[in-house]
Amino acid sequence: MAKRPTPTEFIIERDEGKCIACQVCVRMCSNDAHSYDPETDTVTSDSTKCVGCHFCETICPTGAIIIKRNPSEFKLNANWSAQVIRNITKQAETSGVLLTGMGCDKPYPVYWDHIVLNASQVTNPSIDPLREPMELRTYIGRKPDRIELTAHSPQSTEKNKIPSAMDYRLLTKLSPQLKLETPILFSAMSYGSISLNACISLARAAKEIGTFYNTGEGGLHKDLYEYGAHTIVQVASGRFGVHREYLEAGAAIEIKIGQGAKPGIGGHLPGEKVSEEISQTRMIPVGTDALSPAPHHDIYSIEDLKQLIFALKEATRYSKPVGVKISAVHNVAPIASGIVRAGADFVAIDGLRGGTGAAPTVIRDNVGIPIELAIAAVDNRLREEGIRNQASLIAAGGIRSSSDVIKAIALGADAVYIGTAALVAMGCNLCQRCYTGKCNWGIATQDPYLTKRLNPDIGTRRLVNLLRAWSLEIKEMLGGMGINAIESLRGNREQLRGVGLSDTDLKLLGIKPAGEAW
Amino acid sequence: MKKESKVFRINARGLYYKELNEKVHQAVNSGTEELVLDNVNGQRYIGDGLAGDVKITINGVPGNDLAVFMDGPTIVVNSNAQDGIGNTMNAGKIVVHGDVGDIAGHSMRGGKIYIRGSAGYRTGIHMKSYKDLYPVIIIGGTVRDFLGEYMAGGLIVVLGLNRERSQRSTVHSPQKKIKGYGLPTMDYRLVGNYCGTGMHGGTMYIRGDIEDYQLGKEVKKFRLNDEDDKMLGKYLKEYCACFSLDFKEVMDTDFVKLIPHTHRPYGRLYAY
Repeated sequence: MAKRPTPTEFIIERDEGKCIACQVCVRMCSNDAHSYDPETDTVTSDSTKCVGCHFCETICPTGAIIIKRNPSEFKLNANWSAQVIRNITKQAETSGVLLTGMGCDKPYPVYWDHIVLNASQVTNPSIDPLREPMELRTYIGRKPDRIELTAHSPQSTEKNKIPSAMDYRLLTKLSPQLKLETPILFSAMSYGSISLNACISLARAAKEIGTFYNTGEGGLHKDLYEYGAHTIVQVASGRFGVHREYLEAGAAIEIKIGQGAKPGIGGHLPGEKVSEEISQTRMIPVGTDALSPAPHHDIYSIEDLKQLIFALKEATRYSKPVGVKISAVHNVAPIASGIVRAGADFVAIDGLRGGTGAAPTVIRDNVGIPIELAIAAVDNRLREEGIRNQASLIAAGGIRSSSDVIKAIALGADAVYIGTAALVAMGCNLCQRCYTGKCNWGIATQDPYLTKRLNPDIGTRRLVNLLRAWSLEIKEMLGGMGINAIESLRGNREQLRGVGLSDTDLKLLGIKPAGEAW
Repeated sequence: MKKESKVFRINARGLYYKELNEKVHQAVNSGTEELVLDNVNGQRYIGDGLAGDVKITINGVPGNDLAVFMDGPTIVVNSNAQDGIGNTMNAGKIVVHGDVGDIAGHSMRGGKIYIRGSAGYRTGIHMKSYKDLYPVIIIGGTVRDFLGEYMAGGLIVVLGLNRERSQRSTVHSPQKKIKGYGLPTMDYRLVGNYCGTGMHGGTMYIRGDIEDYQLGKEVKKFRLNDEDDKMLGKYLKEYCACFSLDFKEVMDTDFVKLIPHTHRPYGRLYAY
């Protein structure tokens, strides 16, 4: 069908005075937006092909290229925006479901930006984390209802000796735990949705920092088995790449029920993306569609979920935590309660703004609730029911900074997952075209010409830098509050105040408005 | 060191599944090659994540998720089995002398499930094959709705033997024995509805015929060719040997073959 011309989304501006026709942009752009004319020895650009990833702009040695939003807009209309018109046009041409990548970009309220933190003044001393010990270590897993200690060991029965903590021994058998040196994990991103170099960067950074990355539902590439001690392996509805050795390789297992970008729906990895390497980790033939159905075929209830949780615990002989990831939906609190009662050691909740490699735009932008409200609701519910200790809570979905992390923990999360932030650290500029597999940054692609652009050594370094920086900032904020352990902030909502929030929002978040004292 | 080769028996009466499975693991770890579990009564996860080539015989009815994530062993069940047998199984063999519940062979990637009796709903759902891993399910009796839903690889065979022999009642079908229970007419249907919905790989052979309205829209029906006969024969001979059935008698009736239209059922769903 003939395409109706619509104004392009971006304009590629080339400064002819600066351009030396070196053709780096021509060779690099996976969308073929630049071309070279040998007759005139000039490089020209086709703005219709530009996705706005800014890769050419970054690598142009003379700084000749600037990518701009097209100033030639449609007639200004608050209701029928350019995006709406473009989407309708595209669907009129293709008759297909619109796809997108990354997290929801609609301007829903971001509650993090309406929550402020407390600090000590006069009445309680703040702590300087540069000179005093500051504890960010976090354990993910089921905590006992009570612990039993030996009275004290025989050597301390000497007369007049006051027993020290070292004289006691723990009698209670603790459930398996994940030990995190900072309360931040890398969110599930499969090999397939991202490149092997991106996976290796995440795995190495997790190992170096002392945290975990998550395989997503793409199986585990043979080169990643060595990072098993820092890997959370995911079991999703398609069961791709799930086998005994895979389950044994990880430090924890996560059952994926849903993700924030696409609650309630499954996923399709199109056959053309199932290359030889992808086929090996997903354990399916080359070129076949990998269909992840919306529900797990063996889970139609909490009881069924319990069956899978314990099937996994049995398979790994109760040696590692088994958690469940859900997307934040209206009924998230009772669902989380059911998950904890089903025996999950952690519950990961992915909010409305959680990212994806590919999702229908209409789902990503319209389904689910913001993570801030979900954390508060779930933490409340589990506390009310007296089962909060039975599982850790990992919050995900649009965590952008150390302040988002610390606010999530004060609201009641044990730790957070970051996905988009990690990708940005590796170079991503959020052009949202992950689903095309043509990522110029070498992240969301399997094309060997593109993937080699991400050097795993550099990727690792940048991720480690990010987590170090955030951890230091968290320590600074904690110290400012006079708190020396992240443990003491967990669920400590008195440290939060709302700015510009309605009474209902404040009630749901369980925080006081700014201006109100303790 | 000489391997322990004698049969090791475990009495499962009154044992919680965790205790029973722990005993099984201990036995397997100490080199036992043949295990017999007596008085099994609904204990789940027997053979869960078990590797190696141990043979386990189960007397009694094992619980859900029998042989889930299993990677090699052989399990023989001398009566019925419940839901989810061979769930996400990688390799090995399950032989059930009675009926099985729902989702037998869910996401199974390799190995064999041979059922003498009938199977429940969603049997073989999302089965897939990979390289030399090729999952096979053979059902001696009938099977309910959603057979081979989302099927991506492997082989499912339905024989419908109990329909012919139902009067002689060597058949394990509680519905017929308990008066007024369920819908007895359902038992006489070879295959339920929505057979192969979302199927995008693999093959099914049905002994007898299946109405078009019972098929998912992704499935096409064919006659068997020589290659199919060879394939079917290969596995059916082994099946018949398991249950002392006469291979020739079983092959007496015509089969139909069900395969998907396309390996890309949702290829044109999106606007790129």
